[in-house]
Amino acid sequence: MTEVISPPRPRRTTELLLLVAAVAVALGADLLGVLSTSGTVGESAWVPITVLGAAGLVLHVVLRLRARYADPFILPIAILLNGLGLAVIHRLSADTAAARPTPQLVWSVLAITVATALVFLLRDHRLLRRWPYLFLAASGVLLLLPLVPGLGLTANGARIWIDLGVGTFQPGEVAKITLAVFFAGYLSTNRDLILLAGRRVGPVSFPRMQDLGPLVVAWLVALGVLVFQRDLGSALLFFGMFMAMLYIATSRASWILLGLALVGVGAAVAFLFLPHVTARFQIWLNAFDSEVYNRDFGGSYQVVQGLFAMASGGLLGTGLGAGNPTQVPLAFSDMILAAIGEELGFVGLSAVLVLYLLLVTRMVRAALGVRDAFGKVLAAGLAFTMAWQIFVVMGGVTLVLPLTGLTTPFLAAGGSSLLANWIILALVLRVSHAARRPAVVDGMVNASGPGAGLLDPGAELPLTGPRPRATTRGEAR
Amino acid sequence: MNELAVAVLRLGLLLALWVLILSIVMSQGRDLVVGRRNKTRLEQARHDAGLVTAVPAAGAHAASADRPAPRAAPEARSAAPVVPAPRLPRTLRVTEGPLTGRTVALDGPVLLGRAEDADLVLEDDYASGRHARLFPQGTRWFLEDLGSTNGTYVDGDPVTRALPLGPGSTLRIGKTVMVLED
Repeated sequence: MTEVISPPRPRRTTELLLLVAAVAVALGADLLGVLSTSGTVGESAWVPITVLGAAGLVLHVVLRLRARYADPFILPIAILLNGLGLAVIHRLSADTAAARPTPQLVWSVLAITVATALVFLLRDHRLLRRWPYLFLAASGVLLLLPLVPGLGLTANGARIWIDLGVGTFQPGEVAKITLAVFFAGYLSTNRDLILLAGRRVGPVSFPRMQDLGPLVVAWLVALGVLVFQRDLGSALLFFGMFMAMLYIATSRASWILLGLALVGVGAAVAFLFLPHVTARFQIWLNAFDSEVYNRDFGGSYQVVQGLFAMASGGLLGTGLGAGNPTQVPLAFSDMILAAIGEELGFVGLSAVLVLYLLLVTRMVRAALGVRDAFGKVLAAGLAFTMAWQIFVVMGGVTLVLPLTGLTTPFLAAGGSSLLANWIILALVLRVSHAARRPAVVDGMVNASGPGAGLLDPGAELPLTGPRPRATTRGEAR
Repeated sequence: MNELAVAVLRLGLLLALWVLILSIVMSQGRDLVVGRRNKTRLEQARHDAGLVTAVPAAGAHAASADRPAPRAAPEARSAAPVVPAPRLPRTLRVTEGPLTGRTVALDGPVLLGRAEDADLVLEDDYASGRHARLFPQGTRWFLEDLGSTNGTYVDGDPVTRALPLGPGSTLRIGKTVMVLED
């Protein structure tokens, strides 16, 4: 017997309309940039954004076929951000050869295609839960790849790229996802053990090492590798992800305080003993010091120029193509928010930030709505990670935090980042489909209501066929 | 193209950006109101219990294809609201082992083991420090083994995951045997 409680509302048509609007706005931005930089608009100027829109449309169609109830707002927002990034990079390419719009378009289409394939092939996000240690192993391999001699590349002081022959790739971006899947899988399976089998010391209860061990080891290895590769931004990101997912799964604030105390100690040690960290802090604290500003390499020139750029943009900006954003080093990647702040002004930059906010709230909404612990922890963890990443990037650009080399999701030039973020969206779309599809009354939701106890609510429902695993320790609900 | 037109286009772009954001927000409606939605769903479910007929085609929705067929007998569920909810057993009595005769009043999760802060401290060489946990959920108690060395047994069967217990169930940890009673 299948009872449908809530009326099913796929809202795919809403998604289609918003998608078309998003592509139109991105196309407008792109054409305006071309118009302002070259004076005329060529006949094929509409092609790049249209190609992007077509890729988005394919994903939309696949969602219609395979995940009807997926969140309808995620895709348009992501396409809009991706399109805006393309438009800004396209416009910057008129002033600097380093900004290359064509690879960015190719990577965007590739990333959306991968996301489409993922939505198409992954029938249920809970499948990922079956092999947490496989994802742990994959994370380790991905993190270690850049250290392999002959494969790894060092650039700007960090050894986080690998050379693929046709281009470079940053495996750490993908490791972020595999590590999140591992954390979610491990935490959702062992949540009760971590929470309840612990030893109490005063007001704080500590989990047993055997329960928390794999997590801590995974996290320490990740941080160690990143410190070794001098990638502080990613280290910060992984730490935030670990803390957030632990909190989401256990809601123990005391552990978060302990973690923050640990990171305080870690930051102090790094500040004292790692010269490149000391330099970063110095840039942050004394950005306007002329000695720091005029330093040839590793000075505050970049971030201060970014501040000047945003200041000259003012409220409404200089207009796309009318500013001078290439004055800022790496305006197309690390500092793209400064370029947007200059040319679209405060109004445009805050629009971008609001778009991120909406995207993150949709991801959190998927986490709140889904009924299994794994999906909840995964989607909420990925949402937090994206929010945290944007905070760290925006904080770096505006001198709220030391500048780190993290990428701006969807906007900044860089294929690995695009690929990783589209994969994240594919996973969240999958989770949101499970969250929003009509509630079906079966044993799963019937833990304490009428007829309770007919089925063990701790039991995991088989995905297909027989039970995937023999032991499941109390599914958290 | 003249300056004025370009300036208008630039402002138009910013405007379009915000109009799009507003339309995304507006079309979300009350979707972010999580609690209320769940409540209405629940009320709807209560209201519909017994009224809603089965959706005829099982494959009509993607959802039903993703989910396995429910295993419970349907008539038990629709009849359930009339039956008063069974009371939770309230005592755990030790019937065998060093602590024979001891009873524990159950009013929340109970930790069983040799550790000093356990709710029932087992003086049993075959028990682990934190051996097992008994917790209420819905209308029954569940027993969960916390990764003990020698295992936990309910009515003779080893506990491998959270297991529901009825009144009169016997659980064994090492040499200690306990019974759940009203």
